[in-house]
Amino acid sequence: MSQASNLTNPSALSSLANGSATGSAPLVVMRNITKAYPGVLANDAVNLTIGEGSIHALLGENGAGKSTLVKVLYGLLKPDAGSISWCGEQVSIASPAMARKLGIAMVFQHFSLFDSLSVLENIALGMGVKANDKLRSRIADVSARYGLPLDPDRSVYTLSVGVRQRIEIVRCLLQEPKLLIMDEPTSVLTPQEVADLFETLRQLAKSGMAILYISHKLEEIRVLCQGATILRGGRKVSEVVPEEQSVASLAALMMGGEIPAALRRSAIVAGAPLFAIKELNLPAKDANEVSLHNINLVVGKGEIVGIAGVAGNGQDELLATISGERLATDEAHIQFNETPVGRQSAGARRRLGLCSVPEERLGHAAVPNLSLIDNVFLTAHHRKPLRRLGLISHARSKALANDIIKQFNVQCHGASALASSLSGGNLQKFIVGREILQSPRVLVISQPTWGVDAGAAATIHRALATLAANGAAVLLISQDLDELMQYCDRIGALCAGRLSAFYPSSQLTAQQVGLLMAGEKLDAMQAEQGAADEGEHS
Amino acid sequence: MNETLLLTALTIITAATPLVYAAIGELVVERSGVLNLGIEGMMLVGAVCSFAAAHYSGAASLGIVAGIMAGMLMAALFAFLTLKLQSSQVATGLALTIFGIGVSALIGQSFVGIAYSGLQPLPIPVLSEIPVLGRLLFNHDVLVYGSFVLVALVSWFLKRTHAGLILRSVGDSHNAAHALGIKVIRVRFMATLFGGACAGLAGAYLSMVYTPMWVENMSAGRGWIALALVVFAVWQPGRLLLGAYLFGAISILQLHGQALGINVPSQLMSMLPYLVTILVLVLISRDRGRIRRNAPASIGQAFHPTT
Repeated sequence: MSQASNLTNPSALSSLANGSATGSAPLVVMRNITKAYPGVLANDAVNLTIGEGSIHALLGENGAGKSTLVKVLYGLLKPDAGSISWCGEQVSIASPAMARKLGIAMVFQHFSLFDSLSVLENIALGMGVKANDKLRSRIADVSARYGLPLDPDRSVYTLSVGVRQRIEIVRCLLQEPKLLIMDEPTSVLTPQEVADLFETLRQLAKSGMAILYISHKLEEIRVLCQGATILRGGRKVSEVVPEEQSVASLAALMMGGEIPAALRRSAIVAGAPLFAIKELNLPAKDANEVSLHNINLVVGKGEIVGIAGVAGNGQDELLATISGERLATDEAHIQFNETPVGRQSAGARRRLGLCSVPEERLGHAAVPNLSLIDNVFLTAHHRKPLRRLGLISHARSKALANDIIKQFNVQCHGASALASSLSGGNLQKFIVGREILQSPRVLVISQPTWGVDAGAAATIHRALATLAANGAAVLLISQDLDELMQYCDRIGALCAGRLSAFYPSSQLTAQQVGLLMAGEKLDAMQAEQGAADEGEHS
Repeated sequence: MNETLLLTALTIITAATPLVYAAIGELVVERSGVLNLGIEGMMLVGAVCSFAAAHYSGAASLGIVAGIMAGMLMAALFAFLTLKLQSSQVATGLALTIFGIGVSALIGQSFVGIAYSGLQPLPIPVLSEIPVLGRLLFNHDVLVYGSFVLVALVSWFLKRTHAGLILRSVGDSHNAAHALGIKVIRVRFMATLFGGACAGLAGAYLSMVYTPMWVENMSAGRGWIALALVVFAVWQPGRLLLGAYLFGAISILQLHGQALGINVPSQLMSMLPYLVTILVLVLISRDRGRIRRNAPASIGQAFHPTT
């Protein structure tokens, strides 16, 4: 922390800023970028320097102004004040097309892909070239060189989140940019894939490409980036060399205070089984779905069980079957507190206390163009008295919404704000809060911290841990290994619609979970689940 | 009897042609993510303006140009209101139809009851000499040939050209298109103008060929059939041509049913195009993939460029 406070002193800062360009000429220098929205100063005289061939991190919580700054750099927003120089020359970047012409490419966090178009057409659009065979072979080239397999003729809506991100990365690499902006690129990758991606990025940097890397995973930034600019509340608070920092000191700089150290959950003795899936088979409805094969799973009282896996391996289908959006073929496949519920509706399951949070925040977990109040009512009316004489009680929904906003520290313009107006992390906090305040007995949650900053992630994690400590059963479906390893008692993985055995997380390494995610078996270890199953039910 | 059949077939072609024009224009508009419900109004204004121009100048070509311009003018009004001022597309489209009915009646007051010689057929040399087939296929006015060329061009444009890809991308997700630096409003403006031009041309065809005179409200619901046709065709030009001829045939059967010895109540026949549309909608909804690939996902949504 003392080092951090040194860094906020201007002279130390400027020397470091120069140092972070690692001796090479600065490729881009953003000076005093200021951008105001009604009521918010999103960027307040922010400076950013990226050297040629360097990997530079942009760190900050949601709402710190990272995306505003990046949008200015990519020509999506016009700054109110400030200047940008590119390769030593003053430029004004009026549009993304111009940014691309200069040599700036960007991988968006919320992918800017066209669902109805094919991979090839999407890439052609992003590059402003014709969708022809020449482009097709270039795609094949790049995807082979960097190990990013793609089928150019698939329609995007049939692809998983992970593959969609691959499209964006390939599209950027095809433009052979001088500066590659990556917004949270690793959130959908397995550890092996992350290692491969980092290798690729280092190669690219070595060949002279500069990379602006936005992530909330501090450890990643430490091992990958040569420099980091930290934003808080629209201002640049410091410029550091990540290698010289610890994860804790980076987090402190970002949040403006220490965040409570994440506690690894001590081994708990799982109580009586509250939730179970037994021999669940679910055939895919069409070619875009994954069939589930013989899924077996038990979650006990007070336990957090994690399911790892790369997106598109059956997570959506599994969650839908558990939540009740899709019905199992037999009542007995899904059991809540030993009551078979496999053929019951989502509402009926919620009334029993089986609540769920799907992966897609906007459009699935929340209705984008309804207010937070209405969004509260939509799931909470099953378990909370939000009706009066059979009619919706606006006042009660509003009270509950305000409760959630307060308890989970949701940044928004009050409870009547539209769900779509919240940033990803805040909406996620709100959705998780909405389910948790219904005091569910079983909570199934998918990718709760995808694209969410460290502060919001910590809030969500703490809430899940508390929920479990109070005796609920939590099933956490995630691609984030750190999250799984830290918060789950047992971990298994879903691969191609098959669920692996479950192992106590204390005995697993990240590499082993990676193997599970790839569908391998861990021979050396004793699978716990079978034994636990027998024990709990005899 | 053969002669009757041939004549029926020929009237089907004249009945289908305005539907083809109006619908192919709307298809392009909808593919860009705009829903213009004002086809009927644009057709009527196109019809009266082309009739007036042809009547005063005596030149059919001027009539056609006037129809196109009038349709575009109406479309420009719609585009300005919905794209620049972000008014609701549905409400504005309905208003455009009501406005078109009124304004065309106003302009057309002095033309009621005047006859016009109509657009002359343009037989294709040699081919039109073929017995029966020649008369059926190669002895039409220029607008009939033009409708086929236009459908082929639109199909090629949407599937094969980069500009067509941009148009489809805007219809699929205007936010993603904006993020790529595509000028969403401009693309939609152009598409809407094209749709207006086509609707105006369809109107011109009505007042210059189909029934060469001006009658108030002469489009008689064809603009709405064109709208249904676009959905019927699942936003694909080839299917649209097929659908337009099917709908044209049904509307002719409804008129000539008695003469051809078909004894079905005319009310039932008038319902047919819409019944068929509903039936087809039910059938195509089974093929989710086709809809996902072709239906413009952002249709009817206002685009705010700042977000």
